[in-house]
Amino acid sequence: MLLIHCPWCGPRDEIEFKYGGEAHITRPTEPDALSDTEWADYLFMRTNAKGLHRERWVHSAGCRRWFNVARDTVTNEIFASYKMGEKPPVEGGS
Amino acid sequence: MSQIYRLAEGGRIDRSRTLTFSFNKRKYQGHPGDTLASALLANGVSVVGRSFKYHRPRGIVAAGVEEPNALVQLGTGARTQPNLPATMIELFDGLSAESVNCWPNVDYDVGSITQWFSPIMPAGFYYKTFMWPARYWMAYERVIRRAAGLGKAPTQPDPDIYDKMHTHCDVLVVGGGPAGLAAALAAGRAGARVILVDQQPELGGQLLAERAVVNDEPALDWTNSAARELAGMDDVRMLSRTTAFGYYEHNYVALLERRQTGPSNTANGSRERLWKVRAKQVVLATGAIERPLVFADNDRPGVMLAGAVRQYVNRYGVTPGPRIAVFTNNDDAYRTVLDLADSGVRIAAVVDVRTDPVGELPEKTIARGIEVIKGSAVVRAKGGWRLDTAEVMALDGSAETVTGSVRRIPCDVLAVSGGWNPAIHLFSQSGGKARFLDDTACFVPGASVQAERSAGACNGAFALADCLAEGLAAGASAASAAGFTRKSRRKKPAADTVGEAALRPFWVVPAVGGKRRGKHFLDPHNDVSVADVELAQREGYESSELTKRYTTLGMGTDQGKTGNIHGLAIMAGMRGVDIPTVGTTTFRPPYTPVTFGAFAGRDIGGLYDPVRVTPMHRWHVNAGAKFEDVGQWKRPWYFPQEGETMREAVDRECLATRNAIGILDASTLGKIDIQGPDASELLNRVYTNAWKQLAVGRCRYGLMCTEDGMLFDDGVTTRLGENHYMMSTTSGNAARVLAWIEEWLQTEWPELKVYANSVTESWATAAISGPLARTLLGELTDIDLANDAFPHMSFQEAHVAGFPARIFRVSFTGETSFEINVPASHGLALWTALMDAGEPYGITPFGTETMHVLRAEKGFIIAGQETDGTVTPIDLGMDWAVSKKKDFIGKRSLNRADCVRADRKQLVGLLTENPKDVLPEGAQIVSELKDRPPMEMIGHVTSSYHSANLGHSIALALIKGGRERTGETVHVPLVGGTLTATITDPVFFDPEGARLRG
Repeated sequence: MLLIHCPWCGPRDEIEFKYGGEAHITRPTEPDALSDTEWADYLFMRTNAKGLHRERWVHSAGCRRWFNVARDTVTNEIFASYKMGEKPPVEGGS
Repeated sequence: MSQIYRLAEGGRIDRSRTLTFSFNKRKYQGHPGDTLASALLANGVSVVGRSFKYHRPRGIVAAGVEEPNALVQLGTGARTQPNLPATMIELFDGLSAESVNCWPNVDYDVGSITQWFSPIMPAGFYYKTFMWPARYWMAYERVIRRAAGLGKAPTQPDPDIYDKMHTHCDVLVVGGGPAGLAAALAAGRAGARVILVDQQPELGGQLLAERAVVNDEPALDWTNSAARELAGMDDVRMLSRTTAFGYYEHNYVALLERRQTGPSNTANGSRERLWKVRAKQVVLATGAIERPLVFADNDRPGVMLAGAVRQYVNRYGVTPGPRIAVFTNNDDAYRTVLDLADSGVRIAAVVDVRTDPVGELPEKTIARGIEVIKGSAVVRAKGGWRLDTAEVMALDGSAETVTGSVRRIPCDVLAVSGGWNPAIHLFSQSGGKARFLDDTACFVPGASVQAERSAGACNGAFALADCLAEGLAAGASAASAAGFTRKSRRKKPAADTVGEAALRPFWVVPAVGGKRRGKHFLDPHNDVSVADVELAQREGYESSELTKRYTTLGMGTDQGKTGNIHGLAIMAGMRGVDIPTVGTTTFRPPYTPVTFGAFAGRDIGGLYDPVRVTPMHRWHVNAGAKFEDVGQWKRPWYFPQEGETMREAVDRECLATRNAIGILDASTLGKIDIQGPDASELLNRVYTNAWKQLAVGRCRYGLMCTEDGMLFDDGVTTRLGENHYMMSTTSGNAARVLAWIEEWLQTEWPELKVYANSVTESWATAAISGPLARTLLGELTDIDLANDAFPHMSFQEAHVAGFPARIFRVSFTGETSFEINVPASHGLALWTALMDAGEPYGITPFGTETMHVLRAEKGFIIAGQETDGTVTPIDLGMDWAVSKKKDFIGKRSLNRADCVRADRKQLVGLLTENPKDVLPEGAQIVSELKDRPPMEMIGHVTSSYHSANLGHSIALALIKGGRERTGETVHVPLVGGTLTATITDPVFFDPEGARLRG
């Protein structure tokens, strides 16, 4: 049961959240201009990081806000939570 | 004579009261303070069960959670509990327990013949023997399960209740022995909020088993004063009979508190509590578990752990037998020798694998005239029903062989000690890696990964003085790390240091003459022997994880708390590496078994999941509706009249709706209120069709896809105002659609000025449908309902039966329909008014089944029934609702090579050859029928009903390239025979839509 810092509500148990997969994947602005391969890369391909991973969470049983978390996938240590649109405060990783 | 082995004095039992209990249907007596195990030993009961695989007689080995043999079935009926270690059951008057795993009884067990076959039941026996032919596995499994079964689960519902507790603390201390008590005192004195948990009924841990001294007084006096001091602190919570069984991420620790001991009762409310604790800091003071030495037939009843023997004497005033021999590789076992001697128990001899035991305790032993046989080992435990002789031989210098003649030492009990293993289970669960200490030959915690520290025996500090010192330091540092640094001038507990000599790492006694006879058990619980682990190594199972699973070493309910490390030592020896190179297997929660009741808590029955009902629910119940679950909703399925079958009821409802008027409670449909200047833009992006030209007051049907182009949800959305929409979703998807919209608004399109909010439960919806629907509504409202004034797919606000209402003229049945929405509190009144006013017209309430039939007649899909996450709108033939111009979620995916294949499954209709046959939903469809499988499956049936209106059955199906195959004959092979059908258009009724527009 992770302890996740919601940027709006503070530290809460993982059970209040839902996981949203890898963060910082931007939807292409002109999908029709992409090849099938490029579109598939956006649609299906995700980093399977060992170590630092930036990922999306939503406080679904709380304020219902989406935000980003920088987490170590090995130790589960959470380095930072930050709002959508903000730059990741933790360097490195994938 | 009862309690023949109860000592005349001593022990923490209440001798003034006598308790009567039964074990295997015989009556015995004991005292408060006893465990079932100590009381059985007091009564001279030496065989308490049969072993798992070979059904060998087994006795009590330990005094705590590590007990591998003495598993019992406690109680009968609904409250019976299987596989409880007798060592952890507090005795109560009237207790009734039986051995598990023996039939017909412990004395005459039919299964024991398996031990004569043991040469043909090696490691991996089940894998090797029962692999082939696969179809016989089911038969094998039944026999194996009966032979191998442990206790029996109760067959009746659990009559007790269980609670869940959630709490936080600054410092969680696990273990109430000397280290844990010292840690709790230090943390509490510093001002931290402390939780101290201990699995025993009383604090003290190992001190309960010892004649130790703290601060120059009996250690338990200090324990009592520590407990009093802790009880006086406002921010300290002490939980006894509570096991910390799981250590999870971010210092989240799960505890099981057993609140009802003794006869089942409800005086305490719940029987058990599952605590979930989030601790800032954790101190692990979980102690250590003694390990045995392994020799031939070491499972003979009477072979016990030395520390356990000491515990039975000191804590329970019981000697496990009148004449006790001791076998050790360390000094600690001499505590047992000295305590036994002080209590007047006869010591047969002490066998020490060390050639020169020089510590204080061996010296005291020798000085008392007790024989110590040095440099020797017990090679075999002999005896018929139970131990009567220990066979001893000398070890050579390297301890690789035994030499000389066999000396036979008569004894009833052999107390064995191979040293102690720190209980690092929780540390390992926290993510830490263990480290091996060569001098004590045990694994201890390595670097902390989480905010925890270990203290005392679980940290490899076995001496009492060290336990106290480490506990104090750990408690203080944990409190300090949590921000509490208040200094205390209270006296620090201290104990004298005993000069102990090093143990000699020793695991398995060498075989006599190099050839092993008898069984050398590593894991008596699962009957895993040295030979099994050796075989696994010869077969190449070098990984400890694989050896564990192949041999089942340590996989019983005791999880191999005593003998696992011997297995690692054998593996290390055969591979020529050291023990840490072999490595431990992973320690996983739970530390000790947890009841399902505790996990379930109160989330059972009606509280398992919320039940949602509409404002009209009571009316449906009174009308005798049958309900079906749609998500969390209870929806009327159909309304049977007296004596009607489901088919008759649905036929009647269908005919009434097509020929007169039907009424459906549609309150469960998801309703999302969308407002803002960018509301149209939002809809344009999430729906596949165009939304920017929709006029105020008009409704439009839309499809939503996920980004991979697959249909996700559908529904009608209405433009209530310039910047105001009401979106409807399927009943089961309402929450998901709202979350979907929120996700896109927050993560991709934060620039859109629009809000979305669920209003599903704010409105009650009655949908009236059929050729007389307009006439009925006209009686209850003033507005003009003429077709050109209120056309299909439009919306009006009005009063209906006096209630403010939003009326949507939309249709899921194919008939002229009005969905009348009123504030939820008026729902029942509206429904009643419609039923009353509709009576002359034959208004007929219908449920979801009729709704499904009517919409299927029209070829309308249900998201989640015709679709399963692999179906695009194009597959469904709904190109008309997919924009070619604008972008929307999933659009690009519709052009992926896979989405434009000609042989994708497409929605079609099916008409069976015999109009009375109704195809089963989910049935597979083939075009080419063969005598037997495999046959190429070209699709499956998604919806199938008898249609009373059409007079024959109808079905919808997804078939590869289906639209091109219209008119073809297909087959549906079923268990009872094959049905034949023709592929048709999916719209069976009123394809022009004249009725719903009329």
